[in-house]
Amino acid sequence: MIKRFSMGTLLLYGTLGLLVIAYLLPAYLAFVTALKLPGEITLPRSWDLPAEMNWKSFSQAFSLLRPNIVNSIILAISATFLSTLLGSLNGYVFSKWKFRGSEIIFTLFLFGMFIPYQVILIPLFQTLRAMNLYGGLPGLILAHVVYGLPITSLIFRNFYAQIPSALIESAMLDRAGFFSIYTRIVFPLSIPGFVVTSLWQFTQIWNEFLWGICLTRYQSNPITVGLAQLAGGQAVSWNLPMAGSILAAIPVLLIYVFLGRYFIKGLLAGSVKE
Amino acid sequence: MKNIVGKFFFVLCMALLLSCPAPSAYAKDLSGDLEIFSWWAGDEGPALNALIELYEKQNPKVKIINATVTGGSGVNAKAVLKTRMLGGEPPDSFQVHAGQELIGTWVEAERMENLASLFKDEGWLDAFPKGLVKLIGTDKGIWSVPVNIHRSNVCWYIPANLKKWGIEVPKTWDDFFAVAPKLKAKGIVPLALAQNWTANHLWESVALASLGPDKWDALWSGKLAFDSPEGIRAWELFGKVLEYTNDDASSLSWQQATDMVVDGKAAFNIMGDWAAGYLNTTKKLAPVTGFGWAPSPGTGGEFIFLADSFGLPKGSPHKDNALAWLRLLGSKEGSDAFNPLKGSISARVDSDLSKYNDYAKSAAKDFGKDRIVGSLAHGVTANEGFMNDFASVMEMFLKSKNAAVTGKAAQQVATKNKIGR
Amino acid sequence: MRNISRDHIKAILTLLPSIILIGVFVYGFICNTFWTSMTDWGGSGALAENPEKNYIGLSNYRDLFTGFLGGGFRQDLVNAVFYSVSLLCGAIGLGLFIAILLDCKPRGEGFFRTAFLYPMSLSFIVTGTIWRWMLAPNGGVNILPSYVGMEKLPLKWLTSTRTILEFNWQNLWQVLLCVIAFFMIMAGLWKLKDETSRAGKRWIVIGVMTGTLAWLFGDILPKALFMEELHGFNLATLGIVMATIWQYSGYTMALYLAGFTGISQDMRDAAMLDGASSAGYYRFVALPMLRPITLSAIIILSHISLKMFDLIFAMTGPDNAETGHPALTMYLTTFRANDFAKGAAIAIVLFMIAATFIIPYLISSYRKGND
Repeated sequence: MIKRFSMGTLLLYGTLGLLVIAYLLPAYLAFVTALKLPGEITLPRSWDLPAEMNWKSFSQAFSLLRPNIVNSIILAISATFLSTLLGSLNGYVFSKWKFRGSEIIFTLFLFGMFIPYQVILIPLFQTLRAMNLYGGLPGLILAHVVYGLPITSLIFRNFYAQIPSALIESAMLDRAGFFSIYTRIVFPLSIPGFVVTSLWQFTQIWNEFLWGICLTRYQSNPITVGLAQLAGGQAVSWNLPMAGSILAAIPVLLIYVFLGRYFIKGLLAGSVKE
Repeated sequence: MKNIVGKFFFVLCMALLLSCPAPSAYAKDLSGDLEIFSWWAGDEGPALNALIELYEKQNPKVKIINATVTGGSGVNAKAVLKTRMLGGEPPDSFQVHAGQELIGTWVEAERMENLASLFKDEGWLDAFPKGLVKLIGTDKGIWSVPVNIHRSNVCWYIPANLKKWGIEVPKTWDDFFAVAPKLKAKGIVPLALAQNWTANHLWESVALASLGPDKWDALWSGKLAFDSPEGIRAWELFGKVLEYTNDDASSLSWQQATDMVVDGKAAFNIMGDWAAGYLNTTKKLAPVTGFGWAPSPGTGGEFIFLADSFGLPKGSPHKDNALAWLRLLGSKEGSDAFNPLKGSISARVDSDLSKYNDYAKSAAKDFGKDRIVGSLAHGVTANEGFMNDFASVMEMFLKSKNAAVTGKAAQQVATKNKIGR
Repeated sequence: MRNISRDHIKAILTLLPSIILIGVFVYGFICNTFWTSMTDWGGSGALAENPEKNYIGLSNYRDLFTGFLGGGFRQDLVNAVFYSVSLLCGAIGLGLFIAILLDCKPRGEGFFRTAFLYPMSLSFIVTGTIWRWMLAPNGGVNILPSYVGMEKLPLKWLTSTRTILEFNWQNLWQVLLCVIAFFMIMAGLWKLKDETSRAGKRWIVIGVMTGTLAWLFGDILPKALFMEELHGFNLATLGIVMATIWQYSGYTMALYLAGFTGISQDMRDAAMLDGASSAGYYRFVALPMLRPITLSAIIILSHISLKMFDLIFAMTGPDNAETGHPALTMYLTTFRANDFAKGAAIAIVLFMIAATFIIPYLISSYRKGND
């Protein structure tokens, strides 16, 4: 019995260990390549440790990508803030102020989450152009806010569904209205909801590429576009794109490592069901 | 007689040009931004930077935004440029291949400013070859400033390697087919090929060899059909050539394909003469001794040309700055600063050849005496719609290797995109 | 009472901006793209300030599906279907497997979870950049075996020109019928296992009949194309599939893990007491309970695979036909070939495919919400 148990455990840890190594290999490769000197990077020796640590790759990549990083920070923070706020209000209405047809509207909202974004691309930039928002960050922020609404409304709706209706009803008896219930009762309770939603939105917006490349001018390119540029020039030394990849990944990775619990909650809430 | 008048006129112009103060005299005190949109990143970057430095010296108050989008032959840049133009946010000046790529896309859409008066003021009508000016103009005006001339049909090799293997540079494709099996037997790729657009690039060299220059021109004026027996023969020859290329082509950049030749993994590579810049500047090989070149097989005495040019889009936000930029590009000073680094020859007839390397000197000589035809792969002979459809025709051929069907498809594409009309 | 109704008006007013935004930016735009796809907006002059657009009906779609030059699109479409299917199988299978391993509560579970989930946080551009390097023919994954004394792998991950599971587009209807028959038989077998109901048998009988009929008399069906044209799964896409699985199996793992944790210990103990083995517990108790999670994983992953653009763009560049995808073709057709109408048509095709499985899903979850 004991022996079988330990065999099973061994198998379990063995399999997990192998899988973890497989999952970490790409990260390892990115790091060693980033730390090598350009002359040292060759395909057949791509797994070897660098002979000499070339930390300069990071500062070089950073100086190349700095405008893009600044753009992405402005973009991600403002779009996350706006879409989360709107999503919270929507979620509040969808869960606590249901009216005839509100469920249908909610379902119609959700649909917006699942469309392939190619289908709205052409009218999107025509509209932004007509609104004089094409090319800069405001237009991109608007796009992210609008197409973020379905998911933020969904997460908040599911989140507010857990707030007992009795709480709302008793507040109504105290003659509290729509907005005062929101500011006095619902909003203070929804800090975890805000954390989950904004983490999710931040990740999505930070990582987005298609709109970044289609809707912004050169000076307003977000980080993903800058990185694709850096990696696209075929003859460039590979340490720079790798270092750039790591730089681009860091903000989201940090969020994930330190706030992983919330992140997973966000993932689960993002999957409609529950 | 006419010639003498022309020459006299030319000398007069030159004298006028020389007596004029340097181009900087045109510059009012310019300030603000200047956004230049191009696909010259990576290896081609230094040439562009030389121009930018020159511009900054002349206009120290202008801040240059060097918006490059990577990807050989502008494959990615063209798409990004389109979103910018459609979005009503044109860059101040952008790179475009002279020829149908400029005319068919941007001039027909009435998106460009007419530069005819600039050409007149600067005396460029005589500084550039007549044929080239015709390509960048229509009956309504002149639409861009050419900065260089590239040759497409060049075959590159490493002389030392050929000596080692005991082979000669093939003069015709039959010569090539004679040596290719021997190379293959030694484990050497006879002809290095890279990702998709380089297949189009190779095709134009092969097709020119198969058709000859007259029929090549007839193809683009709509007088010869792609599915005519001659057209189909070109595809058949191309299919035969493909048998001697590397099979990982689609994952390689053109530089990597050239590297195969440098590393002795492949014998030849057919690529435009930007490869000379790459071999010389990046790979540090000396022309003639380090690397060698010849017209691609069967195209001796013929010169497939392409030219990069810069235009001024309507609605350019800093028009004066952009005009100063265009003036610099067209000037002898700008041209001779840019081209030696780019590995191309100057578009001007009066360039200072002493600044150029041996390859460029020979190319300039050929340009003067060879039969000149336009390039398909780089936007001279056909509009963008055709080029994009042609890429799927090429895909079809790479997969099916069926020359007759491909010829028919190519003809359909040509009809659809109104080639020759 | 009056108070409440005023609050309801406030609620609707709060929602109104979002309703308008979604109405315009989602539904309005989809209609606009649909309209564009039925015009001839393209060719020279397409980029003019006010381009000429004429209504030409469905002829763009006809070109894509049966035209001489739609071959590239058709191949991309077939490839995208294969890509979606292999991504679904891979990511759900691997995610479930890891979730079961972690459900055994090994020490350091938190570390393991992080290690499996971190790829999910990366941008596709980052993943693509790294994996392009991983799958280079003469390096990365291919030379790994040489570190344990084995031969290098000769795989050409992203550039292989081999195609498997080829079929002739002319026989599209026949093939579709066979696929439908296959699924009917599978569904029937599935039902038969649960309860030996007549329904299950009926499914099987219909399935077998459809399959045989399609197989035997497929020739009578109208040809979908005037010439022979083979399409199949490009093996080069496997590289893209691998990278996507690497990125998203952590996601399915997290979904399942949360699901497993949600099943009460009592339930588990009860199952064990009934004599179920571990495998039996997962097979007969846990998985059926987690069917909704599987469903949402399928929905999310197919949505992701249908709009896949960034990863392919970063891994193989937009021009590698072996790893083509309609989402990429749409971008190139629109912005490089200036064929806006056809680009819009491709986008609508993608949208239709997405809609076929999302609309039923939304309707069913809407019904559930109303119960």
